[in-house]
Amino acid sequence: MAPVVCFRAAVALAGRFPALAGVDLSLEKGEVVVVVGPNGAGKTSLLRACAGLLPVTAGEASVLGVDLTADHTAVRRYIGLLGHAAPLYDELSAAENVRFAVRALGLPAAGADEALELVGLTGRLRTTPAGRLSAGQRRRVALAALVARRPALWLLDEPHAGLDAGARALLGDLVARAVAGGATVLLSSHEPQLSVPLADRVVTMGGGRVTAEEPGGRRPTLAPVPVAGSAEASHVA
Amino acid sequence: MWHDAALVAAKDLRIEARSRVALWQVVPFAVLVLVLLAFAIGPDQAALRHAAPGIFWVALLFSTVLAIQRSVAVESGEGTRDGLRLSGIDPAGIFLGKAAAVGLQLLVLELVLWAGVTVLFDVRVHVAWLALVSCLLATVGLACAGVLYGALSAGLRVRDTLLPILVLPVLAPVLLAGSKVWDAALSGNTASGTQWLKILVPFALVYFVVGLVLYGPLQEAA
Repeated sequence: MAPVVCFRAAVALAGRFPALAGVDLSLEKGEVVVVVGPNGAGKTSLLRACAGLLPVTAGEASVLGVDLTADHTAVRRYIGLLGHAAPLYDELSAAENVRFAVRALGLPAAGADEALELVGLTGRLRTTPAGRLSAGQRRRVALAALVARRPALWLLDEPHAGLDAGARALLGDLVARAVAGGATVLLSSHEPQLSVPLADRVVTMGGGRVTAEEPGGRRPTLAPVPVAGSAEASHVA
Repeated sequence: MWHDAALVAAKDLRIEARSRVALWQVVPFAVLVLVLLAFAIGPDQAALRHAAPGIFWVALLFSTVLAIQRSVAVESGEGTRDGLRLSGIDPAGIFLGKAAAVGLQLLVLELVLWAGVTVLFDVRVHVAWLALVSCLLATVGLACAGVLYGALSAGLRVRDTLLPILVLPVLAPVLLAGSKVWDAALSGNTASGTQWLKILVPFALVYFVVGLVLYGPLQEAA
C-alpha cells in the first residue's frame, strides 16, 4: 500500500526563504508520527505543506496519493488541520461553526452534534458565540470540527497548547480513536511528555530537514472514529 | 458550486445579522455621504435635484467599499482564511456566496438611499423600472468586482487602505452609467437611459465570469 504521506527531498519556500529544505518523510496508514524540534525547525511548514497550504516547489511530495507538486489543493478536503489559531467565526456559535465545516463537505449535520459531544461541548457552550469562548474552549470547537469532518489525515500543530488536563487526555483519546478508524496522524509538539506517548515514531526536525527518527511510545486502543467515505485517501488521486 | 455558494452566503449573512456592522455603520455612512454632499451643493433646490443621481451613486460606491472591507474582514480572523481554503468549498462557490451576501446588503442600502434622495432632494423617479434595473445590474457588478478585488487585497497588511484605491477606479463605469440612467429615469427619458444600461450589463457579466475563474487563484496567492 502506498504511504499516506511521502516526501522526498521536498523543498517549500516561505517568501524567498526555504521553510522546508529537503524533507524526507514517509507515513504509513494508521501511523501516528510526532514531529519535534526547536522554533523555526520547519514543523509547522511541514504540516502546512501536507495540507496543501504551502506549495512544495522542488523534490517529491504526495499526500493521500495526490502529487502535491502538480496540484496542492486537491487533497485539502481529506485533511484535518488543527493549527495554532482556531479557524472560527466569532459571531457564530460553536455548533454553527462545526456545522459549517461539516456541510462544506456535504456531510450530514448530525455529525457536528456528535463531535461537539465527543469533545465535551454541551449545553449552553454549543450556542455561545465562538468569540465569547475561552482559548481552550475555542480549541475544543476546532477539534470538534476536525473530528466531524472525519479526515483521512490529521495534522495537529501544537495541539496541546491552551488545553487543560482534561482536554489533553481527551485529545489523546481522539487520536487513538482516529487511528483505530483508519486515519493517519502527524503531530508537531514542543511537549514531548504529552505527545511522545501517542506516537509510533518521533521525528526530529532542524533547519527545515528531518534530522533524526526514533520509535515513539504506546497508544491505548479505543473505539474508532471512522474516516469519511472510507474510500479514503488512496482513492483521491 | 451552488450548494457551496448558498452555504457561504448564509454564513456571511448570519454573521452580518449578528454583528450588525451593515446596519450600524454602512447604512449610516451612506446617509451621511448623502447629507454632506447635499450641504456642499447648498440650498438651491434645482441644483440639488440636478445632482441627485450623482450623489446617489457616489454614496453607493463609497458604501460598497465599506461592505467589501467587511466581507474581507470576516475571513481575516486568525486561522479562518486557511480554514476556508481547507474547507473543501469550491472557490467559485465562495466567490458567488460572498458576492451574493454583499449584493443583498447593497440592495437594502440602495432602497435606503432611494428613500434618502427622494426625501432630501425632493426628486421623483418617472421611469421606475429603469432605475430599478440599473440598481440590480449595478449591484451584480459592484458585488462581483468588489469581492474579486477584496480577494486580491486580502492577504496584505495594508488592505484596508489599499482596497479603496484599487476598487474605486474600477467601479467608475458604474458611477458614470448609473448616474446617467438615473438622470434619464428622473427626467422620463427612457431611450437615453436604456443606452447607458448597455454599460452596466457587460460590466456585471465580465466581473461575474472573471470572478468565477480568478477567485481561486487569487485566494491562493493572497
